[in-house]
Amino acid sequence: MLKTFSIGGIHPAENKISAASAIEALPVPAMVSVPISQHIGAPSEPLVKKGDAVKVGQVIAKSSGFVSTNIHSPVSGVVDKIDDVLDASGYKRKALVIKTEGDDWDESIDRSPNLVRNISLSSEEIIKKIGEAGIVGLGGATFPAHVKLSPPPGKKCDILIINGVECEPYLTSDHRLMLEKGEEILVGTTILMKALKVDKAVIGIENNKKDAIEHLKNLATAYDGISIQPLKVQYPQGGEKQLIDACIKRQVPSGKLPIEVGAVVQNVGTAFAVYEAVQKNKPLFERVVTVTGVSLKKPSNFLVRIGTPIATLIEAAGGLPDDTAKIVGGGPMMGKALSSAEVPVTKGSSGILLLPAEKTSRKPVENCIRCSKCVSVCPMGLSPYLLMSLAQKAIWDRAEEEKIMDCIECGSCSFTCPSSRPLLDYIRLGKAKVGQIMRTRTK
Amino acid sequence: MSVVLITIITLGGLGSLAAVILFAAAQKFKVFEDPRIDQVEEALPAANCGGCGFPGCRAFAEALVKADDISTLNCPVGGTTTMSAVAGILGKEAAQAAPMVAVLRCNGSCEHRPRLNNYQGATSCAVAAALYGGETGCSYGCYGLGDCVEACKFDAMYMDPETGLPVIIEDNCVACGACVKACPKSIIELRKKGPKSRRIFVSCVNKDKGAAAKKACAVACIGCAKCQKVCPHDAITVENNLAYIDYDKCKLCRKCVEVCPTNAIHEINFPPRKPKTEQEETVKETAE
Repeated sequence: MLKTFSIGGIHPAENKISAASAIEALPVPAMVSVPISQHIGAPSEPLVKKGDAVKVGQVIAKSSGFVSTNIHSPVSGVVDKIDDVLDASGYKRKALVIKTEGDDWDESIDRSPNLVRNISLSSEEIIKKIGEAGIVGLGGATFPAHVKLSPPPGKKCDILIINGVECEPYLTSDHRLMLEKGEEILVGTTILMKALKVDKAVIGIENNKKDAIEHLKNLATAYDGISIQPLKVQYPQGGEKQLIDACIKRQVPSGKLPIEVGAVVQNVGTAFAVYEAVQKNKPLFERVVTVTGVSLKKPSNFLVRIGTPIATLIEAAGGLPDDTAKIVGGGPMMGKALSSAEVPVTKGSSGILLLPAEKTSRKPVENCIRCSKCVSVCPMGLSPYLLMSLAQKAIWDRAEEEKIMDCIECGSCSFTCPSSRPLLDYIRLGKAKVGQIMRTRTK
Repeated sequence: MSVVLITIITLGGLGSLAAVILFAAAQKFKVFEDPRIDQVEEALPAANCGGCGFPGCRAFAEALVKADDISTLNCPVGGTTTMSAVAGILGKEAAQAAPMVAVLRCNGSCEHRPRLNNYQGATSCAVAAALYGGETGCSYGCYGLGDCVEACKFDAMYMDPETGLPVIIEDNCVACGACVKACPKSIIELRKKGPKSRRIFVSCVNKDKGAAAKKACAVACIGCAKCQKVCPHDAITVENNLAYIDYDKCKLCRKCVEVCPTNAIHEINFPPRKPKTEQEETVKETAE
């Protein structure tokens, strides 16, 4: 019996159609637009101005606080403008638009393909390096990685968990990364262990990626303290709290961070980026993005520069299928529909999903029939039907008592609801309001 | 017989004892309440809309009685009549607030503002606003999902299916501000009703640069500042590519309406303009 988290969860159709396509590096785009806010926390401050020449890997926007991070130029060329550019949600946000000229990398970056196993830096130096390299959680949450690696005083971390779950249907970027960059991920994990001063790490992988489990298990024998944990396929296992529960049977208390139970979770993509930053001096300016869809000609996994327009990726995967009704940024469960195909790839883009109308259209909303399916699938043990009506009626104090802030927005409730009620839509609204109220209270 | 007698005496005795206790308790725990609160509440419209800034008419009545100076307090629903009635009861000076009305600062109807995508989520502007910038290229404009209509307690708003925008029924609007609070895009504004209910305002809140705004919506304010230049009363300011007319300074001359290249400035309740007579045309020509 394989391990999984203890409450709730669903198993949507996996549809990992791009799992067999090897990672392919896309050519450098002619123009990139790099948003200054690609992470959770304060937006970065631009360091360059219009007309400046930049190199690949050069810092173009610097961190503006502890919970913030640097942004590096993904291409070499000239800054065309710093302007408001359409972001994934249809709002205009500040971005640096760079016109590409050649592909001139910063000299300090080691571009050789050989593996560097020997870790020469100390714990503090590693964390500083990760902070400078602009690394954020690449699973999609985009929380600056160096913040997670600096536990608050008095809290002790004893285990590192690497998230190789990739529980979202369709997405395969982490899967391919584990197959093709296994050694690098393991060295990255060792670096993270050293940074956190722990001697144990678990890499959690869902059992639908048997080849990745086998591959990493073979490699891990050469690394001290790293074990591979196969997990039952269950959504949302990639959620931090669910993964900790599944791997080491510890439950993170309500409203607390994983460090409360002595664990830190990082994504496999983050581990790989950490390897590149620390061993190769290469900051985060490119990432693996899955481009997939049932009618897409060539579902692929691309290594792309940050700032590349999504339309370029779709073109490279065989062009937009005629029946496309929705372009989703991310997976089908937690991803968001994009308002335009011109929006750029950011540090948090894990996939582009093209869906036909029958797979995306919402059914008409019916009344709640009190079947409590939403309650039984909620991985956080909440009552989504109740939270929705509290949010609709604006009863914020009660919503807070019902732990609305614990919701991880996995969407299992909306997925399972036989009446197609917009449960998560309203819960999100409630979270935003309750969060606002709670912040004013602490001030 | 004796049973009946005993019952009467026992119950009577208990009743009297309870009466004495209750009387004593009533005296002991008596709370003095200003009788004027009831009178003031009686004079208020009992709409409990919250437009005054207090939770309901009773709370507003209490505040009115408590305050020494009630000139800052105003019941938008009752207006001057109600406030002078209240002032009469309390013997205080009432506010002489000009009547206000809600105006919609978006004219991006289906015809003017092409839809670029299709929203299928929950029918709530607040939910949609948290997710994305809207179905059109303008991320400032109306979502058309009707949170304001839902919030209006006075039947003063409805959604026009033709334009996809809410319509304010001026006669019913009491300027309680519920729609202003409900709108996540801050499109609805309370403005002075104006003499003969005539008023002029910029019906747009788009802060994008002119070209982008115009591309997204044919009737957007493009921030060209022509209105600012033509205004003889300094009532118009242009900030962040958006014009705003100060209703205290505006003298309703309508010069700005004429020069606006995108017809973003609206005039309401004005009589139709007289077509220019030939004589006027010639006068103008000679002047030039």
